[in-house]
Amino acid sequence: MLSRVADSLYWMSRYAERAENIARILDVNLQLLLDLPKLAPEEQKTLWEPVLRSTGDHEDFFKHHKITNSENVIDFLTLHPKNPNSIVNCITTARENARHVREQISLEMWEEINRTYLWMKSQTLKKIVRQGPYDFFSAVKNASHLFQGITDGTMTHGEDWDFIQVGKYLERADMTTRILDANDEIFINQPATTQTSGTLHWSAILRSCSSHDAYRKFYVAQVEPDKVVEFLILSEFFPRSIRFCAQTLDEALRRISGCKDEHFTNHAEKLSGRLVAELNYSALEDIKTVGMHQYMDELQIKLNTIGEAIFQTYLFSPPLPSPEPEPELKPEPPPKPTPKQSQTQKLPKAPAAA
Amino acid sequence: MALLDKYKPGDFFDEMFSAEGQVRPHYAALFERFQNLDQEEFEQRRTAVDAAFLRQGITFTVYSDEQGTERIFPFDLMPRIIPNSEWSRIETGLIQRMKALNLFLKDIYSDQRILKEKVIPKEDVLTAKHYRPEMVGVPVPKDIYIHICGSDMVRDREGTYFVLEDNGRCPSGVSYLLENRSAMKRAFPNLFSSVGVRPVAHYTQDLLTVLQYIAPQNGRIPTVVLLTPGIYNSAYFEHSFLARQMGIQIVEGQDLVVQDKKVFMRTTKGLEQVDTIYRRLDDDFLDPKVFRKDSVLGVPGLVEAYRAGNVSLANAIGTGVADDKVVYKYVPDMIKFYLSEEPILANVPTYLASNPKECEYIVSHLEKLVVKSANESGGYGMLVGPASTAAQRADFKKLILENPRNFIAQPTLSLSRHPSYCDGRFEGRHIDLRPYILCGEKISIVPGGLTRVALRKGSLVVNSSQGGGSKDTWVLYGDS
Repeated sequence: MLSRVADSLYWMSRYAERAENIARILDVNLQLLLDLPKLAPEEQKTLWEPVLRSTGDHEDFFKHHKITNSENVIDFLTLHPKNPNSIVNCITTARENARHVREQISLEMWEEINRTYLWMKSQTLKKIVRQGPYDFFSAVKNASHLFQGITDGTMTHGEDWDFIQVGKYLERADMTTRILDANDEIFINQPATTQTSGTLHWSAILRSCSSHDAYRKFYVAQVEPDKVVEFLILSEFFPRSIRFCAQTLDEALRRISGCKDEHFTNHAEKLSGRLVAELNYSALEDIKTVGMHQYMDELQIKLNTIGEAIFQTYLFSPPLPSPEPEPELKPEPPPKPTPKQSQTQKLPKAPAAA
Repeated sequence: MALLDKYKPGDFFDEMFSAEGQVRPHYAALFERFQNLDQEEFEQRRTAVDAAFLRQGITFTVYSDEQGTERIFPFDLMPRIIPNSEWSRIETGLIQRMKALNLFLKDIYSDQRILKEKVIPKEDVLTAKHYRPEMVGVPVPKDIYIHICGSDMVRDREGTYFVLEDNGRCPSGVSYLLENRSAMKRAFPNLFSSVGVRPVAHYTQDLLTVLQYIAPQNGRIPTVVLLTPGIYNSAYFEHSFLARQMGIQIVEGQDLVVQDKKVFMRTTKGLEQVDTIYRRLDDDFLDPKVFRKDSVLGVPGLVEAYRAGNVSLANAIGTGVADDKVVYKYVPDMIKFYLSEEPILANVPTYLASNPKECEYIVSHLEKLVVKSANESGGYGMLVGPASTAAQRADFKKLILENPRNFIAQPTLSLSRHPSYCDGRFEGRHIDLRPYILCGEKISIVPGGLTRVALRKGSLVVNSSQGGGSKDTWVLYGDS
C-alpha cells in the first residue's frame, strides 16, 4: 500500500481516538463537579489546570482565555478553532485524513466520520451547555465507538486495517497516561482529602475510562487509588489499559511486517516489543518507586519514540538521491542546545499537509 | 393542484412539452407520476436526496469561506429523457467524431498530412495553446490519444442537436452522472421499471478496461492508478469516487518516482511499478522537467518514461489541441478528410477572430453573438452578447483585437429548456448534455450523459461555477 495512504490511515485513527479521549478527560472533572459543593474560582483553577497540562496545551490556553474555569476549559478543548487538539479539530483532522484515503476505507466508515464532522460543525458552546456537556461528551464517545465498530465490521483486516490499529492503540495508550497524570496531580493538590472525596475522584476516573464495572469485577473491592492505577496501567485484558494497548500495538506491527513474536525486523518493533516486555514484568511497586508523574512522562516519551520509528520505517519516503552532483559540503554548524523537556509531552501532530 | 399544472413551456424548444403544450410521448409515464405527487411529498424527497449528498460528502468547498463550508451541487429531481432512436443517432455521430479526432491527433503528431494538404490552415493548429511540439514523433499505445472525452451538446429552437465543444483533456462530471442515477433510484424506485431506463453503472468497469487495454505490454497484469492534484482540487470527490469504483490506487505526484525511465509508487513495502496513469492533471503540471517548472503536483521524469513507452497516460499528452475552440471549427472537415463520411452531428457555426473578415463581423455584431476564448473552460472568459452591457462589449472588443487568435464567436442559440424545480415550482430552464465517450479497443458511450441545467432564470450558462445544477439523464429502451 502507498506510504501516504498508510500515513493518512494512521493519523485518521489517531485523531478519532484523540477526540474520544479528550472527551473522556473532560468528563472526569465534570462528573466530579456533580458530586462536589460549588467551587470557588481558586478551586476551579486547581481542578482544571492539570487537565490543560495533561494535553500539553497549557500555554496555548492562556493565549485565548484568562480565567481557568469549567466554561473556558470546555470551550478550549471542545470547540476552539485555534486549538489543534480541540475535539472539533481532532474530528476535522480525522475526517480530512479519511477524505484523503476515501477510496481505501469503506463507504460506511466515510459516511460515519463525515456525519460526525457535520454534527460537530453544527455545535456551539451554548448548545453544549444547554443540553448538558455530559450528553455531548457521551455523543462524542459513541461516535468514536461507532466508527471503530464500523471499521472492524466493514473493512478488510489487512495491512490498511493494521495501520488503523497502530494509530488507535498508540493514541489510546498515550491518552490513558495523560488521564492518570492529570488526575494524580488534582488528587495530590486537594487540600483536605477525605476518604469520600478520594473515592469519588477515582471512581470518576474509572467511569471516564469506561472501566468502573471491569474494575469492580476484577478486584471485588472498594475503589482505591493504588488499585485504579494498577488496573489502568497494568491490566492484561482491559482494552484501555496501557499494557493492553502496547500489546495490541505490538501485534499489529508484527502483522504488518510478518515478523514472529520475540523477534524484530525494524526499530518500531524493537521498541514496541521492549515496552510490552517491560509492562508485562512490572508491578505497582515499580510505578510507585519511580513516582506516578515521572513514570507517565517516561511512558509518553517511549510512545512518542515508537510513533517516530513507525514514521521512519513505513510512512516517510526519503527523497531519492539526485543525479546532479552534490553541492559542496559546508562545515556543520555547532549543534544547538536541545531545549529542556517540558513537564508533559506535547501531543504528536499530523503532518501539516494532512 | 398537480405539480406541473401551471407550467408554461414558453417560446423555446421544451424537452417535455410540444409547442402545443402536449406532453411528448417519451415523457408520458414520468409526467403522470409527477402529477400524482403533491408538493409536500416532492419536497420531502428533494430534502432527502440533498441530505444524502451531504452525508456522502458529494460536495465542493466554497473557497472564499473561511469556515471551509461545503456545499452540494444543486440536483434537480426532474429527469431529462431521451428516446432510444434519438440517442442512437447521437451515439453514431459521437463515435464518428471521436474516430476523426483521434486520427487528427495522430496525424498532427506525426506526418501532419491534413496541414500539408491545406485542409486545415497550419497556423490555426500550430498556434494552439495546448499543441505540444514535444510529442511530435512520439508513438502512443494503440494510436489512441483521447481515451476519455466529454463532448458538450445543446439543442436549438427546432430541437436539433449540435456539438458545442469536445473536452478531450480531463473532462469531469461523470461521477455526478453516476451519483445522480443512484439518488434517483432511491427517490423513485418504482419509476425505473415502469419507464424502462437504460443503466449507466457499467461506466467505471468500461473505463478500467480501457486503461488496462492501453497499458504497456510487459507481461505483467497492468497496475493502473489515478493521478490527482490532491484533496483541495474541486474535482477530488470525482477522483476518489472513480478510483474506488475501479478498485485502483489514487496517487498524488509525491507518491510517484521515476527510475530508469520507469514509474514507481512509494509503498510501505518499497517501490511498485505503475503501468497506466489515468491522470486528472493538465499537461502543464505533469512533469516539472518538461512543462511548468514550478509544478509541485507532477512527477519529475514522467514524460521521459512515457516517451520510452514504459508507462501509458490517459489521456495522452497534447490532446488539448483538439479542445481548442478554433480547431473545433474544423472537426467536420476532419471527418470528411479522414473518414470520407459526412458529419452526422452538426457543429455550431463558428467565426474566427483570427480571420480578418470574420473578425470584422464579430466586433460589429457583439450584441448578437456568444464570444468565447479559445482555451478557457468552466464558463469563464466568455461574453453572452444579448445579456451583456455596452461596457462589457467594449472590453471584449479590445481583448479580441489585441489577441484575435484567442477568440471565436458563435450565434446565440436559443437553447432548449426543461421543466426544473425552482423556488417551489416548476419552470423552464436551459439545459445542455455532456455524454462521456470511452475510446479503447472499441468506442463506447454510456447511455445519456450529464445533463446540466442553468438554474438562474434566463441564464444560458450551465457550469456549476456559474450557478448551474444537474439532472439525471434517462435513455429509454424504446421510444416511449
